Amino acid sequence: MSDLHDMGVAELSAALQARRVSSVELTQALLGRVTRHQADLNAFISITAEAALAEAARADAQLCSRDAGPLTGVPLAHKDIFCTRDQTTTCGSRMLANFISPYDATVVERLRAAGMVMLGKTNMDEFAMGSSNETSYFGPVRNPWDTARVPGGSSGGSAAAVAARLTPAATATDTGGSIRQPAALCGVTGLKPTYGRVSRFGIVAFASSLDQAGLITRSAEDAALLLRAMAGFDPRDSTSVELPVPDYGAALAAPLKGLKIGVLKEFFDTGLDARIEQHIRAALELLRTQGALIKDVSLPNLPLSVPTYYVVAPAECSSNLARFDGVRYGHRCDKPRDLLDLYERSRGEGFGAEVKRRIMTGTYLLSAGYYDAFYLKAQRVRQLISNDFERAFREVDVVIGPTTPTTAFELGAKTADPVTMYLNDIYTIGANLAGLPAVSLPCGLAQGLPTAMQIIGPHFAEERLLNVAHRYQLETDWHRRAPPGYA
Amino acid sequence: MSLSRRDIENIARLARLALTEQEIPVYVEGLSRIMGLVGELDRADTSQVEPMAHPLPGQRQRLRADAVTETDQHALYQRNAPQVEAGLYLVPRVIE
Repeated sequence: MSDLHDMGVAELSAALQARRVSSVELTQALLGRVTRHQADLNAFISITAEAALAEAARADAQLCSRDAGPLTGVPLAHKDIFCTRDQTTTCGSRMLANFISPYDATVVERLRAAGMVMLGKTNMDEFAMGSSNETSYFGPVRNPWDTARVPGGSSGGSAAAVAARLTPAATATDTGGSIRQPAALCGVTGLKPTYGRVSRFGIVAFASSLDQAGLITRSAEDAALLLRAMAGFDPRDSTSVELPVPDYGAALAAPLKGLKIGVLKEFFDTGLDARIEQHIRAALELLRTQGALIKDVSLPNLPLSVPTYYVVAPAECSSNLARFDGVRYGHRCDKPRDLLDLYERSRGEGFGAEVKRRIMTGTYLLSAGYYDAFYLKAQRVRQLISNDFERAFREVDVVIGPTTPTTAFELGAKTADPVTMYLNDIYTIGANLAGLPAVSLPCGLAQGLPTAMQIIGPHFAEERLLNVAHRYQLETDWHRRAPPGYA
Repeated sequence: MSLSRRDIENIARLARLALTEQEIPVYVEGLSRIMGLVGELDRADTSQVEPMAHPLPGQRQRLRADAVTETDQHALYQRNAPQVEAGLYLVPRVIE
């Protein structure tokens, strides 16, 4: 048996079912790693050791009485944007630094019901707004491949924790790339499901027409196991879709013969690191030898994704974050003079710089006289981008391109100009605007840093995406590489 | 597109955000850069397209039955409130 911390969800599930290891032993071993690596990675905002060990003991009892499911006793971490009953949910913000969740998010409730053990809550960009995890009130997360570099964001803590073998899996959310971009920069697998596939209930809202919960794992196989447990209709989320949840594991190993793969022309046009391009071309060649047919596809409106996103997301953010008023929950300023002063100072002190920038951008874009010119215009361009994808999926089954233009950059390298930071998400935003599922998986190393490819599919094609990713991972071992020092 | 100091002060007031003197020039610069980026949308011809209303085509907003589903949990929820008295949220005096 390999080291416990190096095992993925599927392997741990088998070991637990066979009673080769107990959930308490496993949980203790991982809690030890989580705690030890706080100083170098800062991947967690809270470590819930006591609750984890109690959950693990319960899981062991179930495993003993043969009353266990495939995920019983497997540890995981939740991004600190998911409400977890009786624990803090900070969303990476001073605003919510002391907020105790009164209930569980649906995702948390479902994974808890499946018997999973929560190790703690992972660090993130404040309110999920950021691409480097540098906007967290609790300090930046560091990339385990090189601690002078960022892990990506906003789910930087989840990605770093999975890469550093602190947890086999972590939940995450993706509004413009917040699962896939950090997964790419940390060399792990990141799945953003179709909009509406996974309930948003109990997740702190950022941009409600784009937000979607998903997973960071080491393999597509692990993501398939977890997605099955967390997806499905939830009456408490008005955009949750009433569709049955397939057994994502069943079709994982299906052969790729005849699969039509589109290569996204616009993604290879400009600004892409040549080594990333080379690694993706090699991956495409591997998939071709497995029987896939490769052809070029063009999405002419895709280059407008970033400006479209930076209207839609800030507009929805300014509206969603209006709820933080210093009255019902969250930070309140000292000695307010009057009600207006209470609102303004509580919000001014409680939110960090990037969150305030986005609230103000959204407020401006939605202000009287500008709504048609900006918000409606962006929603029209969003429709054009969505139409481009729809046309492409009449010709091909999935499209493939890079997840990020570069490998992980150094801390502080892009904090001076917001637009430079926003351009990190140039390849990921399209799937959010069109509500499509997408997966990022590692496909190489360039000077010791992970490179990644992204597979995007039509709505509800998660099975197909995971199938392609799994076939690739059967033939390669990039997803098994651990960062030096964290093996 | 360039925003002025007055624009930022006005936006901050609308957004109910108190800014420090040091923050204002940072947002003048940042929002001007973002509006420059957003200006690229003018390149798209959108005369023949309707604004997107839902990320999934054909989906409509679901309505639920008009039935009571929530129980009274104000005591639980108010544990997170900064200041509460007799089950009420306290704010500075509004009416003199």
